[in-house]
Amino acid sequence: MTKDIVLEARELSKEVSSPEGRLAIVQKVSFSVHAGESAAIVGASGAGKSTLLALLAGLDTPSDGKVLLAGEDLTTLDEDGRARLRAERVGFVFQSFHLVPALTALENVMLPLELAGRSDAKAAALEALDRVGLRERVGHYPRQLSGGEQQRVAIARAFVVRPAVLFADEPTGNLDTVTGARIADLLFDLNTRSGTTLVLVTHDRALAARCNRVWVMEAGRLAQG
Amino acid sequence: MLRRSAMLGVRLLGREWKSGELGILLIALIVAVGALTGVGFLVNRISQSVALQANEVLAADLRLESGAAAPEEAYITEAKNRGLRTARSTSVLSVVFRDERNQLANVRAVSEEYPLRGTVGVANAAFGAPVAVGRGPARGEVWPDSKLLAALDVAVGDTLSVGAGTFRVTRVLITRPDQGGGFGELAPSMLMHADDLPSTRLLQPGSRATHAVLFAGERGAVVRFKAWLDKNKKRGQRLLDVSEASPQIQNAIDRAGRFLSLASLVAVLLCAIAIAMAARRYVQRHLDSVALLKTVGATRGFTLSMSLVQLCIIAIVAALIGSGVGYLAQEWLLRALEGLLRANLPPPDWLPLGLGFLTAIALLAGFALPPLLQLSRVPAIRVLRRDMEPPPPVVWLAFGPAIAAVVFLVWWVVRDARLFAGFIGGLAVFTAILALAGWAMVRLAGSTRGSVGVSWRYGIANLSRRRAESVVQIVAFGLGIMVLLLLAVVRNDLLTDWRRSLPENLPNFFFINIPPDERMAFFDFLDERGASRSRALPMIRARLTQLNGQPIEKIQFVDPRGEGYSRRDQNITWQADLGDDNQIVAGRWWTPAEHGRPLVSISDEYQQGLGLKVGDRMTFDIAGEVIEAEVASVRKIKWDSFQPNFFVVFPPGLLDELAGTWMTSAYFKPGDGRVISDLVRRFPSVSVFDLDDLLSQVRSVVDKAAMAVQSVFVFTLFAGLVVLLAAVQASRDERRYESAMLRTLGASRGTVARGIVAEFSALGLLSGLLAATGASIAGYFLAKQILQVSYSFDPLLWLFGLLGGGALVAASGWLATRSVLKQPPASTLRSG
Repeated sequence: MTKDIVLEARELSKEVSSPEGRLAIVQKVSFSVHAGESAAIVGASGAGKSTLLALLAGLDTPSDGKVLLAGEDLTTLDEDGRARLRAERVGFVFQSFHLVPALTALENVMLPLELAGRSDAKAAALEALDRVGLRERVGHYPRQLSGGEQQRVAIARAFVVRPAVLFADEPTGNLDTVTGARIADLLFDLNTRSGTTLVLVTHDRALAARCNRVWVMEAGRLAQG
Repeated sequence: MLRRSAMLGVRLLGREWKSGELGILLIALIVAVGALTGVGFLVNRISQSVALQANEVLAADLRLESGAAAPEEAYITEAKNRGLRTARSTSVLSVVFRDERNQLANVRAVSEEYPLRGTVGVANAAFGAPVAVGRGPARGEVWPDSKLLAALDVAVGDTLSVGAGTFRVTRVLITRPDQGGGFGELAPSMLMHADDLPSTRLLQPGSRATHAVLFAGERGAVVRFKAWLDKNKKRGQRLLDVSEASPQIQNAIDRAGRFLSLASLVAVLLCAIAIAMAARRYVQRHLDSVALLKTVGATRGFTLSMSLVQLCIIAIVAALIGSGVGYLAQEWLLRALEGLLRANLPPPDWLPLGLGFLTAIALLAGFALPPLLQLSRVPAIRVLRRDMEPPPPVVWLAFGPAIAAVVFLVWWVVRDARLFAGFIGGLAVFTAILALAGWAMVRLAGSTRGSVGVSWRYGIANLSRRRAESVVQIVAFGLGIMVLLLLAVVRNDLLTDWRRSLPENLPNFFFINIPPDERMAFFDFLDERGASRSRALPMIRARLTQLNGQPIEKIQFVDPRGEGYSRRDQNITWQADLGDDNQIVAGRWWTPAEHGRPLVSISDEYQQGLGLKVGDRMTFDIAGEVIEAEVASVRKIKWDSFQPNFFVVFPPGLLDELAGTWMTSAYFKPGDGRVISDLVRRFPSVSVFDLDDLLSQVRSVVDKAAMAVQSVFVFTLFAGLVVLLAAVQASRDERRYESAMLRTLGASRGTVARGIVAEFSALGLLSGLLAATGASIAGYFLAKQILQVSYSFDPLLWLFGLLGGGALVAASGWLATRSVLKQPPASTLRSG
């Protein structure tokens, strides 16, 4: 059964110093997600959702506890080791898209493949852009694309490496309702088809409800939703 | 990994170039390199021209002289193999006849190729206006000088006999390029063709002749040949280059060189500031991209090597374009200033191009690499939290490379320990003072916020909030304004001083061998004809025989000059007053009570050459009498005063009985040729030495140096403005966002604009105040210690510093941030 667990947090805590003393942002969080599952973490602003996501993806290091991602203990890896693991096993979708403004849609999607040293980067990126319906706009720069289109490029970039886990931080937060709904459809559709594990951070209960499992984050602690 | 990071680096760079992202960094670097190489090319060409012109004093680049026999043909063969041009010149003292009249003259036989540098000035009558020709007389002809013509009462067309030969006078020799500034040749002189020399039979075993071989060619080849000659020349052969040819010209070159190094240093400094600011902005704008790269799997090494590749490409592109800009800029400048030049400047060599590349790399490594290292340390989590910055850098890593780059470039440009120490020390102190003062002002300004209007409050609030940035900008502006002020101050002082040191009525004739009993009549003759006369000094020849009781033949001199001084007879004098063109550098000048005591005062060249110190004993043989004297003082002589001056001076009352002859110098209006002819006839034993040509050579060198100084000033001013703009650009993104915020909250464009102007005016005023203080102090130090000119305090400096600084910074700030106000607030807030 353990084999199926692709992401696991054990007693995960994050503290920072503040003018008022030590502040616990994430407190003893433990949970696990199985391969192919979709999980949502919901909560109000400042509940610690984004910090938890950063810890799970290895973008930040915990004060205590550990994270196992695709069988590897992130806390035993250095910064470069975590980066390599991300390049191979992790995809990201952000609220503010985070495309490299100097690169075209195609080049943005090729980026993680090139970082991983893949020789078929261009073909795979074109296919990924085709799957998100942007075949015609591969040569456009981010500023020439609408918000919804930019997020599709970001989704294509996230799925193109066939990640074990895809982290999404408020993926519809910067979009209008209609576009947001289309992006959500695309995300879940691709997730189902590619068998990826999806970990979603949002305060949108409707979006969270489409996931297999929902946790609620409150003052740094996690409860089953 | 390196290949992938390089490829991605190149691609990103290409995209950024297209989208204008790189503009500021690249332009700052191009202008920096352009300014520096522009100065470099210009200085290079002018110093080549100065050196060439100075070489005219030798009529060559190198001159090998020998007393005994003519230098071997092997030297000429070797020189020709190395692509150098050569010529021969032999001078011999002989009596020249015209019927029953005769006169001792210096007969100089020159080969076809003479002169290799400069021209021979000839006329059709004695003391006439010279016409330049590039050769000596043809076979069968002679060109006697005016003094010889006057003494023998001959004219062009007559014939003269020398030894066994008879020659026709075809021209009158007015100037030769190698007549020199010394007093080696007191007799009248005459040029003839070298091939005619054997027929005169003047050269017999034991005859007193000086043989010279002249060499000229491309600079590098000359330098290498000089090294070869130094090694291979025989004892008794003397090698001369321009540094030994004429102390007057050397003085002018030294001063010009020092000032030009100083001026190019200013450009180096301004470049560094501009690069640092542009690099900071570049890094700020790339934090997000690098964080994203790390999120999708790039390691720190990957992002770092990507940045390094980009940096190298930027350095190469900037160095290429910048050097091109620099070349064109100096070409344009030279064209604009063409009227000032006597001849076309020689083309520059490629050294400044190397300087351009090295500068671009050193500046980027020193000032852009540290922030780029920081960039590679930006945490990946920045993709989720925009407030995450890279961890603060280690202090030595942040400032070490910058300091190393400045030290390296400054040393490379200056190559003088004292100037280097003064500059680096001054820079460090001034930077620290500026930083402290800037910090204090920002704090002070913060406390006045409550009492000023909304625009000023906004402006001052900006200063306080961006405290670190404000201090950096005050330091940058302050340094920029200071160097500009300093340049203006030193330039004026230097030019004024030069003009003063070479006044129009500088003595242009020297008179030597004035018999003591004729001297009053001679001075009266000069005074009656309106000549302005300088001091008259007695003169006698002396030979140095012992130093501190040790025979001179047994002493080995380290300095080759010492060897020369110890062998040659020396002209000496005695005088009561020091004269304002002499300065005591060791010991003290004698008091009237010490007149008649066995003391001696020597020049610093003489002291260094012989390795003497105050208190040493020197023994001279003066007209058969042995005199031992103690070194009482060492003098620094200002040779370009063109007054009679001597290496060795005794107090009055010691040698008066021995008096040989007198000498003086005087100024005659150009064209007083007849007066000189009369004088030569009336006082036949007096030797006349015409300095007009030498003087115009020195004036021309000074003119060129002044032109270089002025053009360097233009370059530096331009570089300074770019620094100011780069500084303003650095805070542009933030300003755009703030302006949008303020306008959204209801502020008018005018309010925001006034706030910006207020902020930059405050920055400029304080920078200007500090800069004026710094420039006054540094100017005083430079004028007194380095350039050795007098310094006059100028209150205008403060006015220019304060008002100029305030206005310049406010205007640049306004120009650079103006577009911030043009954008509608909504678009800025959306994209920010």
